[in-house]
Amino acid sequence: MSEEVNLSKDEILRYSRHLIMPEVGMEGQLKLKNASVLLVGAGGLGAPLGMYLAAAGIGKIGLVDFDVVDFTNLQRQVIHGTKDVGKKKLDSAFQTMADINPFVKLVGHETALSSDNAFEIFKDYDIIVDGTDNFPTRYLVNDACVLLNKPNVYGSIFRFEGQATVFAYEGGPCYRCLYPEPPPPGLVPSCAEGGVLGILPGVIGLIQATETVKLILGIGQTLVGRLLLYDALGMKFRELKLRKNPECPVCGDHRTVTKLIDYVEFCGVPHLEAPPEPVAASGDIEPAEVKAKLDRGDTFTLIDVREVHEFQICRIPGSTLIPLGELQKRLSELDPASEIVAHCKSGVRSGKAVDFLKQQGYKKVRNMKGGILAWSDKVDPTVPKY
Amino acid sequence: MARILILTPLRQFADKNDTVDLPGTTVGEVLIALTTRFPDLKKHLYNDEGKLRSFVNVYLNDEDIRYMKKDATPVNDPDTLSIVPSIAGGYV
Repeated sequence: MSEEVNLSKDEILRYSRHLIMPEVGMEGQLKLKNASVLLVGAGGLGAPLGMYLAAAGIGKIGLVDFDVVDFTNLQRQVIHGTKDVGKKKLDSAFQTMADINPFVKLVGHETALSSDNAFEIFKDYDIIVDGTDNFPTRYLVNDACVLLNKPNVYGSIFRFEGQATVFAYEGGPCYRCLYPEPPPPGLVPSCAEGGVLGILPGVIGLIQATETVKLILGIGQTLVGRLLLYDALGMKFRELKLRKNPECPVCGDHRTVTKLIDYVEFCGVPHLEAPPEPVAASGDIEPAEVKAKLDRGDTFTLIDVREVHEFQICRIPGSTLIPLGELQKRLSELDPASEIVAHCKSGVRSGKAVDFLKQQGYKKVRNMKGGILAWSDKVDPTVPKY
Repeated sequence: MARILILTPLRQFADKNDTVDLPGTTVGEVLIALTTRFPDLKKHLYNDEGKLRSFVNVYLNDEDIRYMKKDATPVNDPDTLSIVPSIAGGYV
């Protein structure tokens, strides 16, 4: 480790509730102060992690993020406040963390983690905490941790459920032992199936924070070799055995992955953000043109292929709700000879609807470009965005 | 007979069920009963070669069937089979 570390009088007072527990004590608190932890992502999981790990007195906390705070973050990313909207997440998070504990050294890495920079960033930290949101980065974090022999404190969330464990700790199982490959992009739940209970990342992020502190202190039973599942609706915690896979390509007996690869290609993701619109541009119609058609009283059917709960948030007057999943069985409601315009939130689901209708013999079907989000931007700003 | 727990991302392909009780004496038989009842689940659980997909794990109680007898693993009432797909979320 580094040079001898001591606690000042102010720090002793601050950490008093740790110091009076023999399991932590002065020795443990000095371990925390001597430790360095890297948080990948300052989002839902990174928010509670950053706040509590700062409060716990971790000596150095690094944060990898290049995003900016927006209003939709505030439902769960409690490290950021309303006043921070528009600011860099790094700046906003560090302001909160420095206020909680000025004794922590904060290091920002304002970049997208990649195969080119992961080793360089990771090498200065003892523990890596994965709070990312996409498969390419998760496999990158895993492989870099295995190759550098650093523990990867893992947490992941979806709607009302979370998963947490510790990978790659002292030769233990890694993420690829659990899931050798990511799902192909087409099988990932659509935006209609997304969403997350705002409190959920708080629970999972703090499980990750707990494991991080235990690893540093060397106390308790960590989640190494166990996958913890949390179900917020059933309010149940379950655990599954997590075994090291002898055939794992990165940590098994016959390793084929010995350096970082192209993870975007590995995950088959053409682009990290929106998938490409499945419809040819000729099948598109601008929101303004749809508005003009409605104003003129043109004869056409405007179908909204979002889900019922999305229709309740906002809608375009005159539209008919037919959720994408119901389109097949409600085809009889649509006249193949009539002109049809489909829309959704951003244009992806309605693109699928247009493709499907064309396969069914519908000729005059078009996709409203950019969905109701574009309608709000270009036609009617009173329609709320979500 | 086994109770199958279906985690959230796959429920949309199983008529939104979170648990179903299905007959079978092995993991394979129970999973066939499952995909027969919910055909939409099939492509999410199996690849084109009919093998369980590598981002979906099946656990008999708390043990991964990959480290047991895979599809041939015997099941007995009241065993629980959990289908656990990988999820990536955390940031957004």
